Amino acid sequence: METQIYWSDLEEGQELPTLEKTPTTRQLVMYAGASGDYYEIHYDKDYAINNNLPGPILHGALKNAFLGQLITEWISPLGTLRKLSCQYRGMDVPGDTIKGKGVITKKYISGESHLIDCDIWLENPNGEKTTPGTATFELPIK
Amino acid sequence: MANAFLTDEMIKDTIGKQSSPVRLNVEAGAIIKFAQAIGDPNPLWNDEASARSGPNGGIVAPPTFLRSLGQVRADFPFDMPFDRALDGGSDWEYFFHVRPGDNITATATILDITEREGRLGTMIFTKTIVEYENQLGQIVATQTNTSIRY
Repeated sequence: METQIYWSDLEEGQELPTLEKTPTTRQLVMYAGASGDYYEIHYDKDYAINNNLPGPILHGALKNAFLGQLITEWISPLGTLRKLSCQYRGMDVPGDTIKGKGVITKKYISGESHLIDCDIWLENPNGEKTTPGTATFELPIK
Repeated sequence: MANAFLTDEMIKDTIGKQSSPVRLNVEAGAIIKFAQAIGDPNPLWNDEASARSGPNGGIVAPPTFLRSLGQVRADFPFDMPFDRALDGGSDWEYFFHVRPGDNITATATILDITEREGRLGTMIFTKTIVEYENQLGQIVATQTNTSIRY
């Protein structure tokens, strides 16, 4: 793990470290098993094509998990995720390298909590934001 | 503009509908398996030995682990003719960690239902909040989802 980041070190407008993921159909099967979401469009190519899809597509919730990792990997071990939102605007397919990115939109104190708001998103290889969202987390101060 | 499918009465009957509670006993092995499935190596949810001396005193669940309770969904109070489903998005709020040994009870409540004509024809958007409560009576997290039927 990298060293702990602190609230005091961050600035509005600062970018988050990029998280790269290249999910495979194998990972989609693992996610189906771990999450209990066995909808066939995520691993059965014929079924997906019959549903007007290009082939198996990523579970929205797996992309949600990638965005969770984008934040928690950065703020661990002492930071705490408070809110995580995303919208599934575009499909993502296994084999593509997806980049998780973000930028700090607000740095503030609420009660005794030192908080950061971010815009976050997943980007496909064409640079399109398939999964935009937001996050709020709390960090320790120095 | 009048809806092609949803009537005011159907909307009124749907908003506030609750699911049956769905329960999950959280096992350490399930947390680790979930973390592996999403490809997240963070020791906070993978490594009991190091997590034990960390800030949480043991492994905790990664942010979207509660999806593994499966679908927590209130039934529509009418026959739903659109059988294809898409997940529109998710909005989580976290209040307490989920730990191995926790007994989580999830209940879904429908907040809103709307209809739109889109690329896929008539689309029904349902906004649902799922509340996850632990055995101590604490709401550990809420998840507001939008699901699309078409």
